[in-house]
Amino acid sequence: MSLNDILDKLFPAGHAVAVANQVITGEATTAQGAVAVLGTTDAAAIDHAMALALSAYILDTIERHPGRPLVFLVDTSGQALSRSQELLCLNGSLAHLAQCVDLARRQGHASLSLVTANAVSGGFLSFGLMADRAYALADAQVRVMDLRAMARVTKIAHERLVELAAGSPIFAPGAESYVRMGAIEAIWPVPSASLLEEALAAAGQAAPASDQRQSCAVERGGRQLAEGIAKAVQNAARGA
Amino acid sequence: MIASLASRHSWFEATARARLAGLLDPGSFSEILPPAESTPSPHLARLDLPGAFDDGVVVCHGQLEKRPIFAIAQEGQFMGGAVGEIHGAKIVGLLRRAVQEKAAAVLFLIDSGGVRLHEANAGLIAISEIMRAVLDARAAGVPVIALVGGSCGAFGGMGIVAKLCSAIIISEEGRLALSGPEVIETVAGVEEFDSKDRALVWRVTGGKHRYLMGDCAMLVEDDIAAFRSGATELLTGWTEPAPSVANLRASQQALEYRLADYAAYRDGLQVWAALGVAEPDTVPLLDRDSMVALKEGLPT
Repeated sequence: MSLNDILDKLFPAGHAVAVANQVITGEATTAQGAVAVLGTTDAAAIDHAMALALSAYILDTIERHPGRPLVFLVDTSGQALSRSQELLCLNGSLAHLAQCVDLARRQGHASLSLVTANAVSGGFLSFGLMADRAYALADAQVRVMDLRAMARVTKIAHERLVELAAGSPIFAPGAESYVRMGAIEAIWPVPSASLLEEALAAAGQAAPASDQRQSCAVERGGRQLAEGIAKAVQNAARGA
Repeated sequence: MIASLASRHSWFEATARARLAGLLDPGSFSEILPPAESTPSPHLARLDLPGAFDDGVVVCHGQLEKRPIFAIAQEGQFMGGAVGEIHGAKIVGLLRRAVQEKAAAVLFLIDSGGVRLHEANAGLIAISEIMRAVLDARAAGVPVIALVGGSCGAFGGMGIVAKLCSAIIISEEGRLALSGPEVIETVAGVEEFDSKDRALVWRVTGGKHRYLMGDCAMLVEDDIAAFRSGATELLTGWTEPAPSVANLRASQQALEYRLADYAAYRDGLQVWAALGVAEPDTVPLLDRDSMVALKEGLPT
């Protein structure tokens, strides 16, 4: 589905969105009022320029439109893989972007992300996973690495990984795993204005700066351990 | 000089527990959820891989020059310090506890390649939770100081986490980046990044380069005592700034200028020359004090 089709379906009341260097920035009209629309397209490999274009737009939105919700459209194949990018500390620009999303939340901007096609590792961490809530379209690919590459790196047979992935959201690629693991709220069959309205309303009501993903994961049968371990560390009596 | 070399205790070669023992005031280390109260990762067990009772990370309470603090230490010698479900949850729990108890600081001894692929989704989400928890701690006024000097450096999602901390203390041996050179070489070819060229890898990702560029606040010797005195110095009088548009605007501008000026470079030597270093070729040979003098003499 093309970006324009997605935008038309999400924002039938109108949108004005520009795409430059695979970075989406603009605004759209919803029943709850204007929202900022930003993200990446065509499986962007996030580099410094993309990260800084997104962070600049977030800062502009905080300054010019206090409280305006942020809707992130996520289509990233991960981070740019190049020596010149690493030379300038690519993790630093991605961290800066993440900090801008976080600041928006603290300043009262509700945020949600929608994975439209691909969401992979560093690119996903820097903005999609920083939103209050994340959603994915039904055919979206969400993963750290595909199983073939994972087999190569971990030296575990591909067949074995496929077999184990069938029963384990812990490492099976796919949006469904991320729902069970607590990181994605829901999978949308198609881009839909009514689903977006509901999601915006839900994001607006969520307590700011409270990360509920560990408890969601327990309810949904994904990560069974994380919440209990984090609470044990939080509450353990201090040793001698 | 010789005596000080002899008494040096390498951070790079030490285990996570040995680093904590030398970093904190003697006798103040108090582990939270110690191995006896914990279980190894069931996800590794399903793959018939050996686990560790602490899952490769130690979280603790302790003191630094009598100041009560919390610390997190990743064990690079277990699964490359990579973040799995339990490992990540221990870090998140510790950071949340530091907020509850209004801790004076959290010292985050990072030694990690990022996500543990054997628990890929759990690891990625845990890193996202760590990112949020670090920023929550800072917003609550608790400084989080990253200490980077272990054999696994700070890579992948943990490279992002390091840059979300209040400040980074790094040694020359420390490395900080996003993708590992091996990954870039595998995907983009040896011409793009020769991961076997150790000198090049250090000129692109190493502690001296990150310090000269201002990505790390402090450069220290590869010595546990040096990390200890560095952390003490940094925290003395430290006030964690409230998150603000003004601060992020300033970072944004600095990052944009840097990208505009240096985007075409592919080697630390080129950037150092552009920064005003008169003899960039000598940088790899300089000791720590000379590096600090060099950095302080650079035009701003």
